[in-house]
Amino acid sequence: MKSGEDVVLQLRGIGKSFAGVPALENMGLSVRRGRVHTLLGENGAGKSTLMKILAGVHRPDRGEMRLNGHLYQPDSPRDAFRRGLAVVFQELSLSNNLSVAENIFANHEPSRWGFVDDRRLKQKASELIAALGLPLAPDARVGALSIAKRQLVEIAKGLSHEADVVIFDEPTASLSEREAESVFSIIASLTAQDKAVIYISHRMEEIMRLSDEITVMRDGKKIETLKKTATSIADLIALMVGRRMERIYPPRPDRIPGGKAKPVLSVIDLVVPGKVKGVTFDVRPGEILGFFGLVGAGRSDVMNALFGILPATGAIFVAGKRARIPSPDRAIALGMGYVTENRKEEGLVLTASVAKNITMAMLPALRGRLGFLDRRREERETATAIDLLGIRSASTKVPVNTLSGGNQQKIVLAKWLAIHPRILILDEPTRGIDVGAKCAVYRIIRALAAAGTAIVMVSSELPEVLGMCDRIAVMAEKKLRLIDTPARLSPQKIMAAATGAPA
Amino acid sequence: MNDFAFLSPNARLRRSLRQFGGIFLALVVLCVFFSVVNPRFSSLANVTNILQQVAVVAIAAFGMTWVILLGEIDLSIGSILAVSGMVGAQALALNLGFFPALSLALGSGCLMGLVNGIATARFALPSFIVTVATMGIYRGMVNLPTKGAPEMITEPAWTAIGNYSLFDLPIVVWVLVALFFLNHVVLSRSVFGRRVYLTGGNPEAARYSGIPTTRVKIAAFTLCGLMAGISGILLSSRLYSAQTNAGVGYELDAIAAAVLGGTSLSGGVGTMIGTLIGALMIGVLNNGMNMLSVPYFYQLMIKGVAILLAVWLDVRAKNKPSTARNEA
Repeated sequence: MKSGEDVVLQLRGIGKSFAGVPALENMGLSVRRGRVHTLLGENGAGKSTLMKILAGVHRPDRGEMRLNGHLYQPDSPRDAFRRGLAVVFQELSLSNNLSVAENIFANHEPSRWGFVDDRRLKQKASELIAALGLPLAPDARVGALSIAKRQLVEIAKGLSHEADVVIFDEPTASLSEREAESVFSIIASLTAQDKAVIYISHRMEEIMRLSDEITVMRDGKKIETLKKTATSIADLIALMVGRRMERIYPPRPDRIPGGKAKPVLSVIDLVVPGKVKGVTFDVRPGEILGFFGLVGAGRSDVMNALFGILPATGAIFVAGKRARIPSPDRAIALGMGYVTENRKEEGLVLTASVAKNITMAMLPALRGRLGFLDRRREERETATAIDLLGIRSASTKVPVNTLSGGNQQKIVLAKWLAIHPRILILDEPTRGIDVGAKCAVYRIIRALAAAGTAIVMVSSELPEVLGMCDRIAVMAEKKLRLIDTPARLSPQKIMAAATGAPA
Repeated sequence: MNDFAFLSPNARLRRSLRQFGGIFLALVVLCVFFSVVNPRFSSLANVTNILQQVAVVAIAAFGMTWVILLGEIDLSIGSILAVSGMVGAQALALNLGFFPALSLALGSGCLMGLVNGIATARFALPSFIVTVATMGIYRGMVNLPTKGAPEMITEPAWTAIGNYSLFDLPIVVWVLVALFFLNHVVLSRSVFGRRVYLTGGNPEAARYSGIPTTRVKIAAFTLCGLMAGISGILLSSRLYSAQTNAGVGYELDAIAAAVLGGTSLSGGVGTMIGTLIGALMIGVLNNGMNMLSVPYFYQLMIKGVAILLAVWLDVRAKNKPSTARNEA
């Protein structure tokens, strides 16, 4: 039995403004021992600001925080840790050139006379990793790890402090379902030790599974705190967006898309040395082909090879013709677009304006006399894209780093729609964006397919793949395991193929 | 919500003011200060003189801006400048004629920039290291034909560039104005300019969007070499000779001009207007302090402090508008 209802962290009337713009207003929160308290809200609702205040990154303008009954006013993240509040950050805060062990204990390395005690560091890291049941080697260099493994290092780092309250900020955003399971069991063991967990996530299924209490935030305010047992996903989404969302996925068209047409993309025995072992598939115009699998199954490598970023062998046919794609500009010339997994790294130029980002892939088409830009056409294309995708931005001249995650993702989409692709590859197109933006992205994808674009969509979220795709390909351990229509596949069958279990 | 209207002239002015207001104000304050202390400072003759002095560094700084916009650096431009001058002088000494000598001088600048670009972009070496190396190599090469002695230039057409005037303005200043407009227009209006901004802002995203980033980098370094070559020709013309130690340390003035003008060393942000203002600022400081007979070593110290101060003010102003809304 959990030991009672006592509140360990209490917030009252917290307010915070940035440059006169309120990010949090009159925020209250009661977090109990041994419980998981979820913060839910769209991007911009104030969750991250609240988390940064708790972590001592920002100081609140108003209000009072109490931890274990004492006034809690952390003046730095270090101070927050010392007082018993640990944070597992989402945006990776790791040093790529250091080892797993060094990262876990960054800033509080076991030391003797000011020198790091390497033996003890490694030993303590090994103990912690073992206690958490994580598949990590303490000596591995973090830069060599996959994004998912790095997220696990981040978790170990957050938990290297003795803490009464642990905050998880979207810890599963970059994890596959199996890896997410290990996070869930860590959370379960924390609550079993009577610690309080504050959980931030956009994934509704896991929120309903993990949480004891859920606080919904919107526009910097607390809307309501609910017991999980007294609510439903539909209710929560309605509270979150302030309106009731009929359904997340747009309806499928009646006819089977691309049923009779010839494939616009055929891939035969694609091999990427060390990453992909002979993948064969095709996509028809108007079809949405999903690629499901665990992180590291080789899905993104297939897409990178198709787009001329990774060298590969095998045959690629575009619209029936053998295609050689040594670089992205060739892929683009063949009518391919590629929304990559990491929008900040490979999708956007954050310092450049909205307009410059949108027209980035269509520069050859904008080349006018003497190599000058056709600026009229550029303005037209930008305006069309912004209308089409409903991008919310003060102006087309502002840099994209002033926009929310959902709007940034729409700009990446706009960039590729501007080339009017025949084939659009989307790698985790809804990662890290809120429910409202997700719905918008799904509608855009469905509309594109209806207009005849062939879509290849990589996703680690099973509901998304089942809700959106006309056919589903499952990859595991660098190989294609199966490819079929959702009607003939059960979630169990897909998971079995993805985890390599015997079907 | 969305603002697709062409920017009105007024809005454009406001935007430029916000962008260059600080550094421009500093330039004006300096000019007013020197004029008050020494009235001769603001005489037409002296203003022309300043522009003439600024030209060599400013033109090299235009080239440097291309490279810095890509997040790279070129420390070899001082040496390139000297080699180009020497190549021109040698060609003239061999009686090849004015235009062949000019072409060879410009071509040598391009070639040296091309080498920097290929080493940086194709072989993926850090440009800092590459150009530290070529700075030495090119500087060594200048000395080959004359064993360290200067090469005199007697060709009247060549020496006219640096010493004659056209419509009451030195030819050098006309060249400066023309090259400013050329660089500005290409950077802000051409496909190549756009590619430089995007590649500098995020090379990975640029590559995934089909921009030939390697070619863009090589082209920018070549352009930088060409600009340094032009500076070298102007300098040799003004001095009636090609000096083996010409342009020593100019790379630092060129970098300072670009950075003072708001070009970000991490790439993707900057303008030619900014660089021009930055170069003028350095020129005004040099000239003003010379007129006040400030000893050279004090000049160095004051210039350094001024650069630190200007960059600090600039960074502070740019960090002010908080993006709080998007933090959550």
